Amino acid sequence: MGDSGPWRHAIIVGASSGIGAELSRQLVRSGCAVALVARRGDELSHLAETLNAARPDAARVYVHDVREYECVPALFQTIARELGGLDLIVYAAGVMPAIEEDEYSFAKDRLMIEVNLLGAIAWLNEAALRFQRAGGGTIVGISSVAGERGRRTMPVYCTSKAALTTYLEALRNRVGRYGVKVVTVKPGPVDTPMTRNLAKKPLLIPAEQAARSILAAARRGASNAYIPGIWRWIFLVLRNMPSAIFKKLNF
Amino acid sequence: MSALDWIKDAPETAPYVRRLPPAMPADRLERVESWGMNRAVLAYVYRPSTIDGVREVFEIARERGLAVGIRGAGRSYGDASLVAENICLDLSRMNRILAWDPSTGVIEFEPGMTLRQLWQYTIGDGWWPSVVSGTMFVTMGGAAGANFHGKNNFAMGPIGDHILDFDLLLPTGETLTCSRDRNAELFHAAIGGFGMLGCFSRIALQMKRVYSGLLSVSSFATRSFGEIIEQFEARRHRADYLVGWIDCFAGGGKLGRGLAHEARYLHEGEDPYPAQTLRVENQELPDTLFGVIPKSVVWRPLQLFSNDLGMRLVNAAKYVQGSTVGNHKTEHQSHAGFAFLLDYVPNWKWAYKPGGLIQYQSFVPAAQAEGCFEAQIRACHSAGITPYLGVLKRHRRDRFLMTHSVDGYSLALDFPVTRANRERLWALSARLTEMVLESGGRFYFAKDSTLDERAAAAYLGEETLSAFFALKRRCDPENMLQTDLARRLFASRLAAAKPHGTVRAVS
Repeated sequence: MGDSGPWRHAIIVGASSGIGAELSRQLVRSGCAVALVARRGDELSHLAETLNAARPDAARVYVHDVREYECVPALFQTIARELGGLDLIVYAAGVMPAIEEDEYSFAKDRLMIEVNLLGAIAWLNEAALRFQRAGGGTIVGISSVAGERGRRTMPVYCTSKAALTTYLEALRNRVGRYGVKVVTVKPGPVDTPMTRNLAKKPLLIPAEQAARSILAAARRGASNAYIPGIWRWIFLVLRNMPSAIFKKLNF
Repeated sequence: MSALDWIKDAPETAPYVRRLPPAMPADRLERVESWGMNRAVLAYVYRPSTIDGVREVFEIARERGLAVGIRGAGRSYGDASLVAENICLDLSRMNRILAWDPSTGVIEFEPGMTLRQLWQYTIGDGWWPSVVSGTMFVTMGGAAGANFHGKNNFAMGPIGDHILDFDLLLPTGETLTCSRDRNAELFHAAIGGFGMLGCFSRIALQMKRVYSGLLSVSSFATRSFGEIIEQFEARRHRADYLVGWIDCFAGGGKLGRGLAHEARYLHEGEDPYPAQTLRVENQELPDTLFGVIPKSVVWRPLQLFSNDLGMRLVNAAKYVQGSTVGNHKTEHQSHAGFAFLLDYVPNWKWAYKPGGLIQYQSFVPAAQAEGCFEAQIRACHSAGITPYLGVLKRHRRDRFLMTHSVDGYSLALDFPVTRANRERLWALSARLTEMVLESGGRFYFAKDSTLDERAAAAYLGEETLSAFFALKRRCDPENMLQTDLARRLFASRLAAAKPHGTVRAVS
């Protein structure tokens, strides 16, 4: 098995840019057929054109706003049918609008919960049921190290990712016994449009490198993958740091 | 871009939005496997028990733009009853016997009735199916769709030769009654039409009179393909059944060695106790080996032998036994005991776990059979993939449009499928296929897993395919009835017809 992993048919939700786009490129290179799902049709079509130029019919475009939860079952089934099967789904959709120091915008907060969490639940519930019936399959959720602690700079982003991490863990415990792998990916800062507004980007890595590590972790069937791995040790310390100290950090 | 811009930029304005069909109920989604366990798909499974239920399934498919693949007991080795991500119409619950006349031996039934139900219902009255397969667990709808044959194909033809008439429910909702006199073209195409033209809703079958529950079975060893074919040619005019087993591991001077069985029905009066031997209890296969070992567990020790070395030993031991102490023996055996060899060890296929098996069966005209089969076994040996089981049968031509039969012989080869050999096995199958095509041979949908569109077109011919797909356009203009096998073998013809199930773009 080369870099392809065992996958032949994949859905990438949030494929138009950043980690999702890079995962799509790498999966297509490995011979996998991918369904590109995202809100921005122009970006998706452009990406699909590039991918299909390299290998015809490698990528299909499905324009969808993950907040249209009621569309998900029908769209999920349509994609599986048009791909001719499914063995991998990656939920990479995520938003992190800039939040000012003293800003409490419910609109932004709600958006993050809807895109980062509720959309993931809508899509991955479908995938979990399907893979449970099939007796196999891989679910990858792109969470974040931000979900490890509640941080003053981004309260609801942290909340959405903490909830996503817990949801993915529960899903893993639920469907692991049917041979389904659920991989929680926790990247630190990755060089993508989403992180462009961030003031501090420690240990920043390119999206290409992040995608490679994510696919490697998924092939291993890792439960939790910190990207890059050094974050595991940093957050081992931060996670166990007493609140009295943590709240004094400018983090 | 701010978060609020994100919300305002609604996707309804994009030109990519498509109107999706309503979602299928998630509880219908099931894993559906080929009998050989070499392919599994997910499909939305419906198991109607009435013809109205079947009509409803066609309506559901139409509303959602889905294809429907018809499935009976799922006993085809390959993808003949699979259709990934679409609707699997499982007819096994539509299994009633509709009429039975013990004075004429004509029985009418629904398609989900199994061969087991059939013979158990009629044998007490002195009637046995004219044609039976090696397993009794197939459905009769599947038997008709595949036009199956038995060990007496050379004498009795396929099951279609004994079907008097049937009702075919078309995807349009219309029902057509077909016989040799009425809708004769459709009669000869739907039998053997692998569920592409419609769904059998009633089948009338002529059974065969038997005067005993026993057959007279004699066995003998043969040393080559040439010898077994010579023996079959000499015996086929007087035998009722002929079947040969080939030790595929034997090479060199022993190539094609095997054992043959010939059986004949007992004449009236030959069995002094027909009322006893015709009872179902006296036909049942035993549940235990040597009276103590439950046969349901036998596949597990069998798995120890499910490798090249183990199977070489098993094949050699069988030949040695059959060619020495078992040679030229004649004994009485029940119909079920002789016919249903595949049912002796329940779930024996599990010995092929996890990769499963394929059966590669080719049908070759008599004059070319010896040369073709010898070349096939040699090709297996040089590819390093030896079939674990080889079975030889004699056949005759029939009048069904998509027939697999020839005036000649078939050789069925069971190959284990593993992750390591899968690609090489398909390459080997392609080489075997070339040999069959060069010999003017044919193939059988119920067994096939490896043919491609070019090979199917080569053996069926343009005239046959045009006639078949002209009928399909008449019976199923939306191309609703599809299977993965049909998509593999006839992709361009299915695509050329009106596409079914495209999702409309919103204007």
